[in-house]
Amino acid sequence: MTEPVLEVTGISKQFPGVRALDGVAFRLFPGEIHALMGENGAGKSTLIKVLTGVYQADEGRMTLDGAERRVHDPPHAQRLGISTVYQEVNLCPNLSVAENIFIGREPRKFGRIDWARIRRRSAELLARLDLDLDVTAPLGAQSLAVQQLIAIVRAIDLDAKVLILDEPTSSLDRGEVERLFGVMRRLRDDGVAILFVSHFLEQIYEVCDRVTVLRNGRLVGEYPIGELGRFDLVSRMTGQELHDLEQLEEAAPAITRGRRLLALEGAGRTGAITPVDLEIHEGEVVGLAGLLGSGRSELARLVFGAEAADTGRVRVGEETVALRTPRAAIDRGIAFCPEDRKADGLVMDLTVAENIVLALQAARGWTRPLPPRRRDELVGEYIRKLRIQPPSPGTPVRNLSGGNQQKVLLARWLITRPRLLILDEPTRGIDVGAKTEIQKLVVALAGDGIGVLFISAELEEVLRLSHKVEVLRDRTLVAELANDGSLTPERLLGTIANGAS
Amino acid sequence: MTTALALPAVHRRHVPVLVTFGLFVLAFATGALRYENFGTAQVFADLFIDNAFLLVVAIGMTFVILSGGIDLSVGSVVALSGMLCAVGTSRLGLPGPLVILVVLLVGTLFGAAMGYVIHVFEIQPFIATLAGMFLARGLCFTISEKQISIENGFFDTVALNRVALPGGVRVSAGAIIALVTFAAAVYVLHWTRTGRNVYAIGGGEQSALFMGLPVARTKIQVYAISGFCSALGGVLFAFYTLSGDGLHAVGMELDAIAAVVIGGTMLTGGSGYVVGTLLGVLVLGVIKTMLTFEGTLSSWWTRIAISVLLFAFIALQRLVGIRRRARSSPSASSPAPASPSPTS
Ligand SMILES: Nc1ncnc2c1ncn2[C@@H]1O[C@H](COP(=O)(O)OP(=O)(O)OP(=O)(O)O)[C@@H](O)[C@H]1O
Ligand SMILES: [Mg+2]
Repeated sequence: MTEPVLEVTGISKQFPGVRALDGVAFRLFPGEIHALMGENGAGKSTLIKVLTGVYQADEGRMTLDGAERRVHDPPHAQRLGISTVYQEVNLCPNLSVAENIFIGREPRKFGRIDWARIRRRSAELLARLDLDLDVTAPLGAQSLAVQQLIAIVRAIDLDAKVLILDEPTSSLDRGEVERLFGVMRRLRDDGVAILFVSHFLEQIYEVCDRVTVLRNGRLVGEYPIGELGRFDLVSRMTGQELHDLEQLEEAAPAITRGRRLLALEGAGRTGAITPVDLEIHEGEVVGLAGLLGSGRSELARLVFGAEAADTGRVRVGEETVALRTPRAAIDRGIAFCPEDRKADGLVMDLTVAENIVLALQAARGWTRPLPPRRRDELVGEYIRKLRIQPPSPGTPVRNLSGGNQQKVLLARWLITRPRLLILDEPTRGIDVGAKTEIQKLVVALAGDGIGVLFISAELEEVLRLSHKVEVLRDRTLVAELANDGSLTPERLLGTIANGAS
Repeated sequence: MTTALALPAVHRRHVPVLVTFGLFVLAFATGALRYENFGTAQVFADLFIDNAFLLVVAIGMTFVILSGGIDLSVGSVVALSGMLCAVGTSRLGLPGPLVILVVLLVGTLFGAAMGYVIHVFEIQPFIATLAGMFLARGLCFTISEKQISIENGFFDTVALNRVALPGGVRVSAGAIIALVTFAAAVYVLHWTRTGRNVYAIGGGEQSALFMGLPVARTKIQVYAISGFCSALGGVLFAFYTLSGDGLHAVGMELDAIAAVVIGGTMLTGGSGYVVGTLLGVLVLGVIKTMLTFEGTLSSWWTRIAISVLLFAFIALQRLVGIRRRARSSPSASSPAPASPSPTS
């Protein structure tokens, strides 16, 4: 076998109170796609940040192309040929799409930046991922998935010999994932070494050649992907024998439909979504499926009053209401758990407990603080149920791993026990085990009579949980499919692609 | 590609600058209608002559604010530079150009030092430059507690001569230097990597770092540029007053910040244009000129007018900002009240 391009041994990293990495060794060979697997908080992102100089390891050595190296900071990593997409999108929202792809390495002509070329090249690069956008628009105006793709485009155009992708697919749908894999395979064939993190097992088995498993900051092992079955992989990640995964099949929805909670009657908004008819009942889980930009999020925003409908009627119960502001929706018992935890969800400097009770406290009003005992109970319960790691309520959310942050955001909305809960990509970046827990919780909520509007790019998940699935395409509701057991992911996918089935 | 789509997006970003432009035209037209001899090319040119130093200082401030920082030391550095000009020429008898060169170097290093402190020790720009402000002002008075007048052939020549433009309009060297500085700033901010890095850092320092941009270097550069501009502003101020005085340019940092904000640059960084700053300075200048033409009003009215404008512009920025966010794409969905803040 050839020499590894990148090799680390004995890497340890201690954070106050947490040993995030403990003597980890890791090798990356040219021309391979290497998966880094582990539960939320296992230390994957920390390892990546150590490799790219965001953090300095407390112990351990790193060699790059056979020579021992210390990486000082991310720019240094880039100069050494390591290009990275970090877990949280790290681009500049105030700059244009094109500039975000090229900043720091802008092509120049006569000493000045060649803007025309930047625009042309970025449009070309985006076209390779089948993205056709206005490259002069500010990045902040793009959806999270598109931002993620732009970050990827930037990273793969850096001509690196090592490409690191930390959960690049967490908000992408199948089509984009396929295109991304196409690009990754091509780069691999050109000899680039790719490190790939994802919580989707199918994706790992689809593109990766080898896999390294971490658990609680320790190395479990390195395996060729062909020699490790799914169940072995999961049990190596969790340290337990796998029985949870099968259980979730049993959790298939039992229909206990109650009174009607909400009805959209021809409600739509020009430019955002064409008029839709939709009913949600108590105890019903309604899934929204569709490709990126199909109008999934627009529909959710309409229900939540973040965008007011300009045609049709919205009824809550029997009453016709105008949901013009989120406040109006909240007052009627509608809660919304947003997709972008970093930009509009969590308050990074507050603790886990404070973040969890935020919405509940706001609903009670600030003059009626939650009794401390009740608060501790609730927080403790959800930390346990969602397996938030580390399980201490006093940790600042900033210090949690990405998946654990997501769980905190979810807990915030789950404890408010609204009448209708809108979940936009609630399991984004969450590991297999915890995902099962979350899905069970959703089923339990519905069992208690709460209506749930469930958005996810992962079709299996939508199918597993929903009583009915609303399929959107080109900002139009094209089909409503009852999830009566005959609905398969393939049929759903066909409907998404071709319209009414 | 999709120009039809691109245009509105670009326009929205330009709204604050366009508003400032409209405001300036309106103010100037009002003056021209109200007072005789106001609506002339010479009055317009005088705006540049009388505000050359403010323009230069405000340009430096624009860099700092775009990067998400603030520089409170500029007024003191202007005073210190004027003082050094006076001491260098009149007390030490050094040649004018040499003195100017040294002064520019001192200002640049002073700014770079502040930038270094801000970056390396992670001190708030507000605090670090406040310290810089006291330091520079203090240095002025240790050099001399009294005003020193500049008696130097070079300074006299530059200060007293006017360049005649076609149409009988005459401008000072200071005004020309200010405009050259302006052109240079436009070029740097739009056409060079350093300039774009300034915007990137203002948009998100951590993101800029993760994207591999030279954050440390750029931050130090930004304060060095501001220091340079302050020193240059001090030199222009010395041309204008032909003296150095520790009491010169007290509070000029606030005028500079006001000009930048009125010019549409966001105090949070990452968004704005130097053209806006030029217009901001002109708006302030035209208000001052109108008060001089009025003759009877006290100069405090300038302050009051500036404060009203500042409020109006901050309100405008909020509005444009909110609209932009609301229009931004669906799934960048930020229903603000979804995460209730304690204020709601
Ligand atoms: N800056 C920090 N300060 C303190 N603790 C931290 C910090 N960053 C990470 N940690 C802790 O280190 C551990 C590993 O986190 P890391 O982000 O590497 O997990 P991960 O494997 O990437 O998880 P995920 O799948 O959720 O992204 C976690 O317990 C986390 O709480
Ligand atoms: Mg991670």
